[in-house]
Amino acid sequence: MWKNFPLFPERASALAGQVDGLYFFLVAVSAFFTVLIFVTIFVFAIKYRHENNPHPTPIEGSLPLELTWTLIPLGICMIFFAWGSLIYFQEGRAPRGAMEVYGVGKQWMWKFEHATGQREINQLHVPIGRDVKMIMSSQDVIHSFFVPAFRIKADVLPGRYTTTWFHPTKEGTYHLFCAEYCGTQHSGMIGEVVVMDPSAYQAWLTANATTGSLSATGQQMFTQMGCETCHRSDTQGRGPNLAGIFGKQVTLDDGRTVIADENYIRESILNPATKVVAGFKPIMPTYQGQMSEENLAALVEYIKSLAQPQPGSQSAAMMQ
Amino acid sequence: MATAVQPVVERETYLNSNYGLKSWLLTIDHKRIALLYLMSITAMFWLGGFFAMLIRLELLTPAGDLLSSDTYNKMFTMHGITMVFFFLIPSVPAVIGNFVIPLMIGAKDLAFPRLNLASWYIYMLGAGLALWGFLFGGVDTGWTFYTPFSTAYSNTHVVTVALGIFVVGFSSIFTGLNFIVTIHRMRAPGLTWNRLPLFIWSNYAASLIMVLGTPVVAITLLLVAFERLFHIGVFNPALGGDPLLFQHLFWFYSHPAVYIMILPGMGVISEVVTCFSRKRAFGYEFVALASIAIAVLGFLVWAHHMFVAGISMYSALVFSLLSYFVAIPSAVKVFNWTATMYKGSVRFDTPMLYAWAFIGLFTVGGLTGVFLASLGIDVHVTDTYFVVAHFHFVMVGGMVVAYLAGLHFWWPKITGKMYPEAPAKLSALLVFVGFNLTFLPQFVLGYMGMPRRYHAYPPEFQVLNVLSTAGASVLAVGYVLPMIYFLWSLRYGKDAGPNPWNAVGLEWMTPSPPPTHNFDETPVVTWEAYDYEHQPQEEITVGH
Amino acid sequence: MATSTEIQAAERSFQHHFASIEQQRDTATFGMWMFLLTEIMFFGGLFCSYLVYRHNYYEAFVEGSQKMNIILGAVNTAVLICSSLSMAMGVRAAQMGNRKLMVILLLITIVFGFGFLGIKAVEYHEHWTNHEFPGPNFHFETGDPAHPATDPLHTEIYFGLYWAMTGLHALHMIIGIGLVTWLVIAGMRGAYSPMYYSPVENVGLYWHFVDLVWIYLFPLLYLISHKHS
Repeated sequence: MWKNFPLFPERASALAGQVDGLYFFLVAVSAFFTVLIFVTIFVFAIKYRHENNPHPTPIEGSLPLELTWTLIPLGICMIFFAWGSLIYFQEGRAPRGAMEVYGVGKQWMWKFEHATGQREINQLHVPIGRDVKMIMSSQDVIHSFFVPAFRIKADVLPGRYTTTWFHPTKEGTYHLFCAEYCGTQHSGMIGEVVVMDPSAYQAWLTANATTGSLSATGQQMFTQMGCETCHRSDTQGRGPNLAGIFGKQVTLDDGRTVIADENYIRESILNPATKVVAGFKPIMPTYQGQMSEENLAALVEYIKSLAQPQPGSQSAAMMQ
Repeated sequence: MATAVQPVVERETYLNSNYGLKSWLLTIDHKRIALLYLMSITAMFWLGGFFAMLIRLELLTPAGDLLSSDTYNKMFTMHGITMVFFFLIPSVPAVIGNFVIPLMIGAKDLAFPRLNLASWYIYMLGAGLALWGFLFGGVDTGWTFYTPFSTAYSNTHVVTVALGIFVVGFSSIFTGLNFIVTIHRMRAPGLTWNRLPLFIWSNYAASLIMVLGTPVVAITLLLVAFERLFHIGVFNPALGGDPLLFQHLFWFYSHPAVYIMILPGMGVISEVVTCFSRKRAFGYEFVALASIAIAVLGFLVWAHHMFVAGISMYSALVFSLLSYFVAIPSAVKVFNWTATMYKGSVRFDTPMLYAWAFIGLFTVGGLTGVFLASLGIDVHVTDTYFVVAHFHFVMVGGMVVAYLAGLHFWWPKITGKMYPEAPAKLSALLVFVGFNLTFLPQFVLGYMGMPRRYHAYPPEFQVLNVLSTAGASVLAVGYVLPMIYFLWSLRYGKDAGPNPWNAVGLEWMTPSPPPTHNFDETPVVTWEAYDYEHQPQEEITVGH
Repeated sequence: MATSTEIQAAERSFQHHFASIEQQRDTATFGMWMFLLTEIMFFGGLFCSYLVYRHNYYEAFVEGSQKMNIILGAVNTAVLICSSLSMAMGVRAAQMGNRKLMVILLLITIVFGFGFLGIKAVEYHEHWTNHEFPGPNFHFETGDPAHPATDPLHTEIYFGLYWAMTGLHALHMIIGIGLVTWLVIAGMRGAYSPMYYSPVENVGLYWHFVDLVWIYLFPLLYLISHKHS
């Protein structure tokens, strides 16, 4: 609209229009009430100025008025609440089948790894028209992944994964900012998200192909770090069989059940003693400090990719 | 209204009852302590303003060319810490509240005068520690001290400054404690709770928050210091801790803290609007209850600062809902103040001009808080200049404006002199215009995506930043002028007399400046608050 | 029977911004209760952190707790309860005008207070020499077959909270002993009588509060039970 004086960033995701819609509704309602108050004060000040109205009329109050101006704003607020929450819930749950990209924030750069193995620094190439889910962690302090054109933001924490997702709808190059103060070069921790049409994206993937996908790297890690010694693909291992575990409910030794998501897998690698699977001894050593965030992501990706076990095996029975 | 100069035996006031530095530094008179605070917080205001000036100068250009990155990061950190902990939180309570509360309730002093003096010394000790940290290297964690950056990565004087804030927190706690006990126990005969001026209700509510909330930030900052010094891994994931625990503990205080800051300001507005409409407050009980509601609800919304921090969606939903609830009592107050003017007899004196500015600017600030409470919007605008604009609207457009309103309103009582009206009105106008020019563009900047705490920014954000800096220079002039004319008035201002505004209130029934013991005889109250209909109508002549 | 010293002391104690001595007494006690409320919030932050980490790292907390000396902790609990008893009796003695008894009881309270601190010092020394203090010298052997493998980092958090909570408590004890000492000195000079004993009463309130904090600390830190055999 206003090319030289934009009031909002480009709309480049499916959600951006909805966020803007709510925003402008809020602006309209706020403007209405602001103008109402300003004008009322102005009118009262002039009309009832002391030269005009030397004898004030004593008024104590009015219960109907109090109720009106309590309940109407409350009602309007509930509309804002409902609308905003709906958008938030959409933002909070990535759709199934979203393309996943791992992101690592560190002082003061962004590192991205596509599931197919391509690595980027401070740039993120994505195809238009596909859901993209970011799975992110930090190597040091808290950062925040912010793309104004998509209207999304999610803090990136050390020690666990946080996720966000978006559905790009417009080709172009958009700002990526770190939005959580993280030290000296916080304002330098910026980059670009490049949205490409599907064929251009394929071409980019090919041109930037690495030796293997993320989960292939993960498979190497699985062997190198000795995981397969205990986590065998049969029932004889000292550790649970990990085939098909991702996304399933797991029963722990203290009776709790948890869902095996990325954070569970990460925690099981770095802090195995906190959640021990029922029926197994707590003997797994910790791998804290023994691998980079990138390798950890690869390992997690690999475990996610492991197929369902055959029905009737012990591990299938364990995961109910 | 002594405009004629006559040789008169000098009446004993709290100002001339004793001379000498010792009589001031060892005073237990709440009025003198208020002035001690006035001096301290004014100095801190200018320090915070100096940091702000450097920030705005740097942001004139997209590149980070005025200051190094580290220096800039220290500037916004120290600006926030100075303004929040050393100016805004004490401002109305410690200066105006200390002076006016005992007078307003017909008491000779606060309940614990020596504790009051101790509060000021504790403030000075805390300020000293913080200033030491600032001078010998500064601190660059942001006023929010998020971990693990503050505990494990920052190379600045985090512990010193955190301890400075820890100490000054006790000043706040003791002031709040003093106010609560005073209001409960020291009211004049006949002054029942529902005859209390709304200034008392607001300060009482703020004091509840001070007393209950501040200890939590105290222990949180102590834990940050312990983590830095002794590597206790409470908040650092590398040591097994949880950075979100820090955020929860920090915001559990720091959100109610904003109500500590705004409630006393709202109290000032209630006094000013009633006096200059010459009417009782519309909906007195509702305004009084709204203050308490804000204090209570204010404790239930802290995680709205953490919507994108990694909390669960369901948790976010609850905090969003509660955040809407806390907005309502503030809206109720705005409507009641406006309605108070209806069929009143409105005067345009400077305190009233500031009150109008407050109502307008606080409305915008409060409404933009409603934006932030909306989860879908918050995801986009949190950690951007939208939030910066929002809190400056409520803190500066609201609170500082209210503080100026209060200073102008009670200046004649405190000093016995009137300030000159024309420069005062000019300053009010400059403040209003300068403020809007500074902070309105920042809403747009935020929605456009400019993150906060950025030293350098993409070039497309420059025009709005330049506008903002221009506004800040106008605002600065608006703040400098009162310094000058208030000081001028001490020597050349017209004598004010006990009640230059012809206001209703016990503080106006004693001379200006008051004697040390406040009242020759303890008043007995038989009238309702803001009983303007039974106040004899006299023209306000002094100073015009 | 009040002596003339005591009458003079009561009159001197009256602060003239109060309307009456009853108002002064009421106000002082109200003030102390308010202050204790702030103390609850102050310790509350620590207790909150403790609860969060105990939930997250239960096994590590169990292991840490095994290193606490339950005997000394229990003795200390008894010591503090007795000190609260002597303190309460001291307040009563002041109220009854029995100066000599009040002073004796307050002195007994001080002795108990020092006893607590002494035992605490012994415990601290033991923990210190066992490297059970967070920081670069922290050292904790896990792997006791009766207990599951835990991360020493988590046990370090347990100890960090242990030192912070008991340390803060000990600081409050020291302040309390100082306050009671002041009461003894002023009391011996006849400052307190049935007409004026607010300070004794309010220091008593403070003392009971500090005792109460320990009553919570002891089971939370020392008695974390072990679920597995």
